[in-house]
Amino acid sequence: MLRRRRPLLEARAGGRWVLHLDADERAFLARLAGELAALLQHDPDDPGLRRLFPPAHTDDIASEAEYQIHLGADLRASREASLGILAATAERTTLDEGEVTAWVQALNAVRLVLGTRLGIADDSDEPPPDADEATTTVWAVYDFLGWLLDRAVRSL
Amino acid sequence: MTITEPVEVRPAETSSPTGDEELAADRPWVVLVWNDPINLMSYVTFVLQKLFGYSVEKATELMLQVHHEGRAVVSHGTREKAELDVFRLHEHGLWATMQRDA
Repeated sequence: MLRRRRPLLEARAGGRWVLHLDADERAFLARLAGELAALLQHDPDDPGLRRLFPPAHTDDIASEAEYQIHLGADLRASREASLGILAATAERTTLDEGEVTAWVQALNAVRLVLGTRLGIADDSDEPPPDADEATTTVWAVYDFLGWLLDRAVRSL
Repeated sequence: MTITEPVEVRPAETSSPTGDEELAADRPWVVLVWNDPINLMSYVTFVLQKLFGYSVEKATELMLQVHHEGRAVVSHGTREKAELDVFRLHEHGLWATMQRDA
């Protein structure tokens, strides 16, 4: 008989959330967040990061430059903050609203980078049959994050 | 489906030498979300509900419009409001841009 899995996040009084993940999953997600944070810091021009910083104006170069001056650094800081919160709270059972938001943003950011690296180009994309082991592993992580995020947003 | 509210046209201010420019400055901006192959449909719906307070029905409708038509207008307003909305959408990893309402 199929056992119904607990929701990923369960609401508690006072805007707090209980996060149901096992220790291995928590450690793994903290590692992913740490790796992306390090990449943002040390190799900000990595092409895999481009989906994290999309343009706001595609029809006006001057407006885009202005937007980047105003808010470009803020977006970078926000990304680093959410990844930092995930890594710092990875072992916690209970999260507040802001921490849950950071988790969702951070997990989605990691997934965007992995999806970009995998060259995912349409909704029906799946691993090529001749993928090597490393690529297959990235696909597995990408799918795992998608499954987690889907469960997270359905609980929120 | 109506995706933008009617634009309120202000009466012409003939006394102002910059009347036309002012009118252009008042023209609202729209924020668009573009289809992308990575973000989950449930996630996009969640973000639209969270950031704009849309009902699940409205957010799902917009998400499906993005999915099927390639893009949807998700908010509109002054340039400052549109910039903030784009920023918050980018924080959540959505592919958002802004432009003057046509």
